Amino acid sequence: MSTVELASPARSYLEEGYGLRSWLTTHDHKRIAVLYGIGITFFFFLGGLAAALIRWELVTPAGDLVSAETYNKAFTFHGVVMVWFFLIPSIPATLGNFLLPLMIGARDVAFPRLNLFSWYLYVVGGIFTLGCLLLGGVDTGWTFYTPFSTMFSNSHVLMAVVGVFIVGFSSIFTGLNFIVTVHTMRAPGMTWMRLPLFVWSMYAVALVMILATPVLAMTLSLIGLERLFGVGIFDPALGGDPVLFQHFFWFYSHPAVYIMILPAMGVVSELITHGARRRIFGYRFMVYAIIGIAVVGFLVWGHHMFVAGQSMYASIVFSILSFIIAVPSAIKVFNWTATLYKGDISFDAPMLYALGFVGLFMLGGLTGLFLAATALDVNLTDTYFVVAHFHYIMVGGAVMAYLGGIHYWWPKITGRLYSEAWARFAAILMFFGFNLTFFPQYILGWEGMPRRYHEYLPQFQVWNVLSSAGATILGVAYVLPLVYLAWSLRYGARAGANPWDATGLEWQTSSPPPPHNFEQVPVVHEGPYAYRR
Amino acid sequence: MTLPQASSFAPNVDHLFDTLLALCTLVVVGVFTVMIVFCVKYRRGTSAERTPARSHLGVELTWTLVPFVLFMGIFGWSVHLWIRLRTPPKDAQPIYVVAKQWMWKVQHPGGQREIDQLHVPVGQPIRLVMTSQDVIHSFYVPAFRVKQDVLPDRYTELWFTATQAGTYHLFCAEFCGTDHSRMRGEVVVMAPADYARWLQAHAGIGLAAQGAALFRRLGCSGCHDPQSGVHAPSLENLYGSTVPLSDGSQVLADERYLHDSILLPKKQVAAGYAPIMPSFEGRLGEEDVLALVAYLKTRGTQTEKPE
Ligand code: HEC
Ligand SMILES: [Cu+2]
Ligand SMILES: [Cu+2]
Repeated sequence: MSTVELASPARSYLEEGYGLRSWLTTHDHKRIAVLYGIGITFFFFLGGLAAALIRWELVTPAGDLVSAETYNKAFTFHGVVMVWFFLIPSIPATLGNFLLPLMIGARDVAFPRLNLFSWYLYVVGGIFTLGCLLLGGVDTGWTFYTPFSTMFSNSHVLMAVVGVFIVGFSSIFTGLNFIVTVHTMRAPGMTWMRLPLFVWSMYAVALVMILATPVLAMTLSLIGLERLFGVGIFDPALGGDPVLFQHFFWFYSHPAVYIMILPAMGVVSELITHGARRRIFGYRFMVYAIIGIAVVGFLVWGHHMFVAGQSMYASIVFSILSFIIAVPSAIKVFNWTATLYKGDISFDAPMLYALGFVGLFMLGGLTGLFLAATALDVNLTDTYFVVAHFHYIMVGGAVMAYLGGIHYWWPKITGRLYSEAWARFAAILMFFGFNLTFFPQYILGWEGMPRRYHEYLPQFQVWNVLSSAGATILGVAYVLPLVYLAWSLRYGARAGANPWDATGLEWQTSSPPPPHNFEQVPVVHEGPYAYRR
Repeated sequence: MTLPQASSFAPNVDHLFDTLLALCTLVVVGVFTVMIVFCVKYRRGTSAERTPARSHLGVELTWTLVPFVLFMGIFGWSVHLWIRLRTPPKDAQPIYVVAKQWMWKVQHPGGQREIDQLHVPVGQPIRLVMTSQDVIHSFYVPAFRVKQDVLPDRYTELWFTATQAGTYHLFCAEFCGTDHSRMRGEVVVMAPADYARWLQAHAGIGLAAQGAALFRRLGCSGCHDPQSGVHAPSLENLYGSTVPLSDGSQVLADERYLHDSILLPKKQVAAGYAPIMPSFEGRLGEEDVLALVAYLKTRGTQTEKPE
């Protein structure tokens, strides 16, 4: 790629205007990314507080800290907030929004106003969710299973459902924007097979978002209809079918898992290639794997329902498809590992996060095989094994990648350098805290402890105490970046255009970039990750 | 603390689990070792040889196909077990379970009733016919490695053969509201002789006899008795037979069919009859329906003798 070190950086996007108004009416994808960043950070720590309450309650077998109702509301709130207000928007709406146009050499996304609108939808959805919490919360679990959610729960189900419904549209609009942007706004020479893997992952995720999220919106509306007007859709007492709900719900929510993890894979591909200063091993296979995961991800929802009353044969089909989707994930792990081969590896904080991601993602992915195997799933489903499995993917995977990405692009976003020592320390602490929190939960699950239990049998206590201890460490590790990153905003050294000496168009403009990203439209001559050519 | 293996499935399930665990451990150790070796050998500043990268199609194909084949192996093994888990043997003894927020009610064919307890004999295949009176629950006995969701207005089944006398935990595994975590009970597995004594001590009016009484009291006999003037099917030998329906399809008359015929008669109408049977939805609790079903099963069946 052409490298132009800018002599006199123009005014950056941060200096475009300083008032609140200039931010709340901005159409700049970079500013909108920052707005999203503030929103999801807020919700991450709020959801984290709910998790703290859960782990604190589970230190003892008796339900002695809070009432069962409060406990149920805590894990519901934790799930709803972390899934829809943190994980799903996390990488796409912040890093994706910020980087996608930069990485393809565009001045902005295709529909800047729609982009801002989707942030407002996110905020309105968030207000509903907070309102639901203030009114007294909801106790259905983030899965809203019927007929409990429609006819039996006495909590504020509708309020929560409306919040999620609204935030769903924000991700649909983000998806739409990304697809059109990638199709129409690539810089000259930026062919499809020269796209950085992060862009590929954003593109795939955008497809999943616009295809799956409408199903969620429809399902939530049906819950509303049944709960408000008693229209019989899911409650058998009204002539409905409760298992139908689960089909609808997982038809969205399984692809949603890939909405959370595909972007993480994209980020990690950027971090590892940079950390090892090496081209990605098997670029084409990596692209095919991304597409394969996005497509097959739509066909495996029934693996959540092996014991739900689904027919034996349907379960067999969903089982084999679930094994098949594990293949592209395995390919990715092997390719990341192979990228290290003959590299020139340095262990900056982003690389530590990326390596941590690969390890944790592998453990999460492999335990997925146990759950894909129908005969094993019978014992493991709805136990802590499942809880551990998806936290390895969502927290060990997605959150590690998100934080790795935030560190890597922090100089680009803010123009400042953070304290490398603290960042490495936090990354390592997080890795250990995470494993201590969630590894014991695999054991608990295999021993038969069901999930969503306010009280549990005394024989499970040891592992629960370990898990809660790990959660404490993890909590500290999450607060650290908040502190030193905030500190760097004021006291951090200024970053040049390309402090990492990285390839990629985003590093060819000043840090922070000017409002329209590039002084001149860049021209691309080769594929991504052209390190040590 | 290890989980007891108290059913005929448990050793098989554990065998598969252990194998997969060993395989995964191998993969994890392998990949981690390679990663660590690379990270040490090619860390910045070492003098290791570094030629430009090249992708190898052969390598890619190998690590695509090898996992695929391994996965298919595990899948096949698992399906084999799964089909067994889902196919109760013909001689399995039915026991009826009704779940409600937040308790398990159990009815034995002999009229024995229990709450949050289930007594079963060693060595006899047991088939649980389960339904819920309110929300979805899930019947989970870790020591048996079995679990099945329990749905409102529908029968689901679960079968097992207990192999070791003892008392085992029963959990509700599907979140079902406030006291979900208290919806626990125990399964008491007894030697056959002890079990026979237990049955004797707790015998009540047999479930089928209760059903027969209901059948008269609710006026079912008014239509279904051969002497009655109404054109309604005789229910003799119905259970286990294949019933032609008015829409041209056929259905196996199992417990679920009998249940639905009583609560939702319009759902599946027997061929050759007018859909005049009234619905008993809302008038009958699930326990009464179970009694009726148990009674109908005794009116001549292909698989079970009348009690
Ligand atoms: C008004 C008359 C009437 C009454 C009362 C009635 N039924 Fe029926 N029942 C019918 C008719 C007619 C059919 C066949 C049409 C159909 O399948 O709905 C039938 C079908 C059935 C079937 C399915 C039979 C088959 O061959 O598929 C069952 C089981 C049954 N009834 C049980 C009951 C029970 C138990 C009661 C009492 C709780 C009851 N019925 C009360 C008229 C009646
Ligand atoms: Cu329950
Ligand atoms: Cu429950």
